[in-house]
Amino acid sequence: MHWIPNIFRRNKLYNDLSEEIRLHVEERTEQLIREGLSPQDAERQARLAFGNRTLVAERSREVWQWPTLESILADVRFALRQLRRSPGFTIAAVLTLALAIGANAVVFGIMDGLILRPLNVPEAESLYGTQYGDGSGFQAYPNYLDLRDRNRSFDGLAAFNMVFVGLDTGNDPTLASGFATSGNYFDVLRIHPYLGRFFNASDEHGPKSAPYVVLSYAYWHSRFQEDRAVVGRTIQIDKHPFTILGVAPMKMGGTLLFVNPDFYMPIVNQEQAGADNTLASRSNIHGIFEVFGHLKPGVTPAQATAEVNSVGAALQKAYPKEVSHRDTTLGREGLTSFAGPVREFVAGLMLLAGLILLAACANLGSLFAARASDRSREVALRLALGSSRTRILRQLLTEAILISLAGGALGLAGSVVLLRKLSVWSPFPGVALHIPVTPDAKIYAVALVLALVSGFLFGIVPVRQVLRANPYEIVKAGSNARGSRRLTVRDVLLVLQIAVCAILVTSSLVAVRGLVRSLHTHSGFEPDNATVINANLAMAGYSGDQVLPMQKRIIAAIGSIRGVEHVGLVNSYPPLVYGAATGANIFRDETRDLKPSNVAAMPFKYDVSPGYFEAAGTALLAGRDFSWRDDKNAPPVALVNREFSRILFGSVPNAMGKYFRLQDGTRVQIVGVVEDGKYLSLTEDQQPAMFLSSVRSPLSEAFVIVRTHPTPGRDAQQLAAAMRSKLRELDSGLPADIQSWNTLLEVVQFPSRVATMALGVLGGMGAMLAITGIFGMAAYSVSKRLRELGIRIALGAQRREVLQAALGRPLKLLALGSAAGLILGLMATKVLAFIVYQATPRDPLVLGGVVFAMLVLGLLASWIPAQRALNIDPLILLREE
Amino acid sequence: MTETASRDLFPGALEMMILESLRRRPAHGYALVQHIQQRSNNLLQVEEGSLYPALQRLLKAKLVKADWGVSSTNRRVRTYQITASGLRHLEQQISSFERMFEGITLVLNPGRSPAN
Repeated sequence: MHWIPNIFRRNKLYNDLSEEIRLHVEERTEQLIREGLSPQDAERQARLAFGNRTLVAERSREVWQWPTLESILADVRFALRQLRRSPGFTIAAVLTLALAIGANAVVFGIMDGLILRPLNVPEAESLYGTQYGDGSGFQAYPNYLDLRDRNRSFDGLAAFNMVFVGLDTGNDPTLASGFATSGNYFDVLRIHPYLGRFFNASDEHGPKSAPYVVLSYAYWHSRFQEDRAVVGRTIQIDKHPFTILGVAPMKMGGTLLFVNPDFYMPIVNQEQAGADNTLASRSNIHGIFEVFGHLKPGVTPAQATAEVNSVGAALQKAYPKEVSHRDTTLGREGLTSFAGPVREFVAGLMLLAGLILLAACANLGSLFAARASDRSREVALRLALGSSRTRILRQLLTEAILISLAGGALGLAGSVVLLRKLSVWSPFPGVALHIPVTPDAKIYAVALVLALVSGFLFGIVPVRQVLRANPYEIVKAGSNARGSRRLTVRDVLLVLQIAVCAILVTSSLVAVRGLVRSLHTHSGFEPDNATVINANLAMAGYSGDQVLPMQKRIIAAIGSIRGVEHVGLVNSYPPLVYGAATGANIFRDETRDLKPSNVAAMPFKYDVSPGYFEAAGTALLAGRDFSWRDDKNAPPVALVNREFSRILFGSVPNAMGKYFRLQDGTRVQIVGVVEDGKYLSLTEDQQPAMFLSSVRSPLSEAFVIVRTHPTPGRDAQQLAAAMRSKLRELDSGLPADIQSWNTLLEVVQFPSRVATMALGVLGGMGAMLAITGIFGMAAYSVSKRLRELGIRIALGAQRREVLQAALGRPLKLLALGSAAGLILGLMATKVLAFIVYQATPRDPLVLGGVVFAMLVLGLLASWIPAQRALNIDPLILLREE
Repeated sequence: MTETASRDLFPGALEMMILESLRRRPAHGYALVQHIQQRSNNLLQVEEGSLYPALQRLLKAKLVKADWGVSSTNRRVRTYQITASGLRHLEQQISSFERMFEGITLVLNPGRSPAN
């Protein structure tokens, strides 16, 4: 380790060396004088003989240095000086890169949160399970139990459901959402309680045997103010007493992406929490939400899948009437049915963010190339003075890396702020929806790598230029006098960059148009002026025969409010609310064997009360609405939508009065047809739907739809207050959750809104990059040719001609890039159609919009350079040179 | 650096000659240039561009030491002197050089080569 003391001795060493070299040349000079040369000639010759003194000194000093590090430090110092000398360039470059890297870091953070580690539980990577709605048959509780006991692939299998309840800690029933889980849930997840204890498999002894509840940390914090004495207390869930056993750890957010439960309760008690008692049924494929477990060490997902399917096949054989097993593939737990859309969305974002970075690199690359050619004289001088090309390249690259690091740091800081905001953002009040992103070391690493890679990318653009530079030519001819007409690297980069920007602008316009259209599609009901009351009677303790009379009372009471036009009720969720809808198998009337292969259609099924269609604003096309007489004792009747009648009977008139069968064999007559609508999502293809009478099968979990008519002086809030007080009059224990239908629709529109917002932001960034790119190119081309333009003006060129000379090339490149980008963008937006409803690129408005946008961008960006070109004063310019 | 290496006869040759010169008599940089040039009957031109980095390398390896003093011509000079470890190093270098030279001669002189 000699170099440590060397650092301190270094000044003396260097001074000795310089002195020694000076004396050497002096001695030589004297020698030459003695040989008869004049003092000037002698000195000149002595210097020539010695060679490049600076270089010799530098090489001699290098002996003592820790070479690379120190010369890099010197490069950094020099680069900083250079950058400080052109602050405009530096700031523009750093900001461009900060935007691009920030965007990429945010997208990576989202991907990391949503796809790489959707669940915050130990060893999440080996958690596999069936996916909701995969039809494998394990969504029936008895089938789950069989799978749990028979399989050898999993280290325990757990199951859970979502429940929405009224939770009462004294006299304050409020809505809360929870998971009803199998007893082994926490053991399977290998999680330990923050406080108290968890329930486990030994607590389960059949239905309603385990009235226990575990609170989530967040709910314990918000509802119980972190009161540690809460363990052991009894609370009311839907009027049933439950004992609080403990509190889950802070980071545990359930086993479902986006949805963080307030509490956990045993699935054997879910009947008390408003859920239908469907646990015992083997045929109910909505009996539980998901089944999951850790794969045993050494078991591959493929092996586990094979075993699960073989158990399913065996169950189907054992219970042919009830179980219809469909082959399933196990998925990573957490994403479930969101997996597809989320992956596509994130992949789309990654692609666009990558494009932004590419555009930014192209932008900076051309800036650097321009800068290098502006500095060609300096480079030539340094080459002539004996600097090596590697040294000069290292110098240029150091500048690029410095800028990229600064940009990366800035972008990272921005993205961390944004991600923090995103992770605490709860887009819908009252819905436990969270976007689980937390910035961590991985994101820092990604940002650093991106910064370095992009620094190299744009840093190497001028390399060829430097390597080919001929110092003598350049020093003789002045800076880059060759006005070359051929395509340069810079031109290619500009076209590339503009193409990328045009892609981004195109996609964001397509997305915005799609969103606007999807907001204006008719969804088969009229959400304006419609209010939805979550009248879950189970939360107030109603069940069985008490439900229907109470529902009638509610409908009558709400209907008596002034300003209310129609009131109706729908069991479970209204269309497009919370993306929840139930399907049911139906059969043709003549079908006798009601097996899965004979299913005629699988329409969405709604149980609605008389008055529902008027309240929802759904048009009746033919026939009649339900009446209160369509009860258990009346012959079963149904209303269907137009699509249903088309599929089964060909047309609306044909369907009227016809019969079809339900899975249980019930013969149902069609008494009315209503218009088509959207049921599960805005992007779905037209689906059949049927409406049965809720009077026949009252369900405590119902939503009341209220159509109000805007009266002066009575706004929505007053009406809501009136409804709330009416409900309280009827039963003070009913947690009245009143929201406008439009508010609830926001959940359904959320994905396309988010997609549009993200694309809008990225499109805006693309536009900004396009502006800076064109501006840089145009400004550079004007400043390079100031003299030529001056001569043209002096010779009498018109403004138009000057502009053409100055800006013709950048604008031509702009047109070329835009055209390429537009075509690519239209191709890319096919992907968008998955996320954004009605995102079609074949839209004249979009095409026109892109062309117009790029035109405006081009004009904006070339405005200042154009002014500069026009204001050239040939006299001053020619005098200068 | 790479350029000096290619101008050397072979790596280390310049250092060896410097050490040999200094073994006979301590000298400063200019005198070393003159001395090597004369001893080689002007066959070898030592470039200053190589000499000073080489001297620094030797200094760093503690094979020589340097002191400021006054020369016989009454000039202020920095005189280099070979150290004990420099002497040892030189002897090793010379013997390995002689073996290498012998090898080269054998290859270049076909008459004496046993292989031919």
